[in-house]
Amino acid sequence: MKVLAISGSLRRDSHNTSLLHAAAELLPEGVELELWDGLKAVPPYDEDDDIVPAPAAVADLRAAIAGADAILFATPEYNHSIPGQLKNALDWASRPLATNPLRNKPVAVVGASMGAFGAVWAQAELRKVLGATGARVVDAEVAVGHAHNRFDAHGRLTDEELREQLAEVVQALVTVTEARDLVAA
Amino acid sequence: MSTLTQTQEALPTGTWREDPVHSHVGFELGYSGGTFRGTFSPFQAALQVNEDGSGSLVGEARADSVHVLDENLTAHLLAPDFFDAERAPLLRFESTAIRRAGSDVTVAGELTLKGVTAPVELSGTIGEPTPGPSGADRLPIHLETTIDRRAFGIDWQMELPNGEPALAYDVKLAADLFLVKE
Repeated sequence: MKVLAISGSLRRDSHNTSLLHAAAELLPEGVELELWDGLKAVPPYDEDDDIVPAPAAVADLRAAIAGADAILFATPEYNHSIPGQLKNALDWASRPLATNPLRNKPVAVVGASMGAFGAVWAQAELRKVLGATGARVVDAEVAVGHAHNRFDAHGRLTDEELREQLAEVVQALVTVTEARDLVAA
Repeated sequence: MSTLTQTQEALPTGTWREDPVHSHVGFELGYSGGTFRGTFSPFQAALQVNEDGSGSLVGEARADSVHVLDENLTAHLLAPDFFDAERAPLLRFESTAIRRAGSDVTVAGELTLKGVTAPVELSGTIGEPTPGPSGADRLPIHLETTIDRRAFGIDWQMELPNGEPALAYDVKLAADLFLVKE
């Protein structure tokens, strides 16, 4: 099973990207996690540009989603919501809505912020947006507050309770994805 | 002089199936101050009435037979937010009891939506069998009920700018069945 990991933060030393690296260490056997790093290259959504062939960065995103069995998102919180570039990428990925690659795709959302609440509002907004695209949204969250104190110098998540929560979300995502395979079989 | 009329309680015997052209099954619910409607087509309905008067009514439709006037809304209705058609492809009603009093009819049964089965009671009217153009008897039945969609795990919601929920939880289901005797 391949899980695509998408960080909503573009920053090189992003806590959210670190959170996804932490998730990669908590995978059940037989599950691989691939970090998608093409977010910055996605152009602003313009329906005039939403043609065949799609812009290369968009084609890359859509192919990455289509080729994954599940997606794990980690989002920071900007002004109580998700980063514009992440929303922009999802707007591209979700079109045309009826046949978009997110449809029925199992997805889970986690988040980190330097404030106390760990991007809980952004996570809720991201779940809403993903639901609108037709994705199968796992009802679970990991909120890493005070993120600048939760990772060591190597970017490792040091809080054991958060690691357990993260492992639970990953497991929930894997379980939902396996259930989907059973339906298909 | 008084006339005593006996209320018809018996259902017409036989196996009756939907005339797909003249039967309609749909839903409606409040949306953003207006009404949102959809229909299911095709669907199957069968009324079986035995000689002893016992009977059953079964209706089935695939979730992806839902029709609304916007393909993006159709896509959202099929998504996990609503019917979750991938995981729960079949919508089904099966009666547990049918009661008739003249032209009034009540059908208790189990409704399955999004993989969740819950009891519902449909009520409406029933007509008399009448020969149709092909010669076979035809039987009109209208049934409806109102469900709370949350009972079936269909709890999607969005807040309107005034703070009110955009989509009602009460959903009216209605079936206009024109059944043909086999």
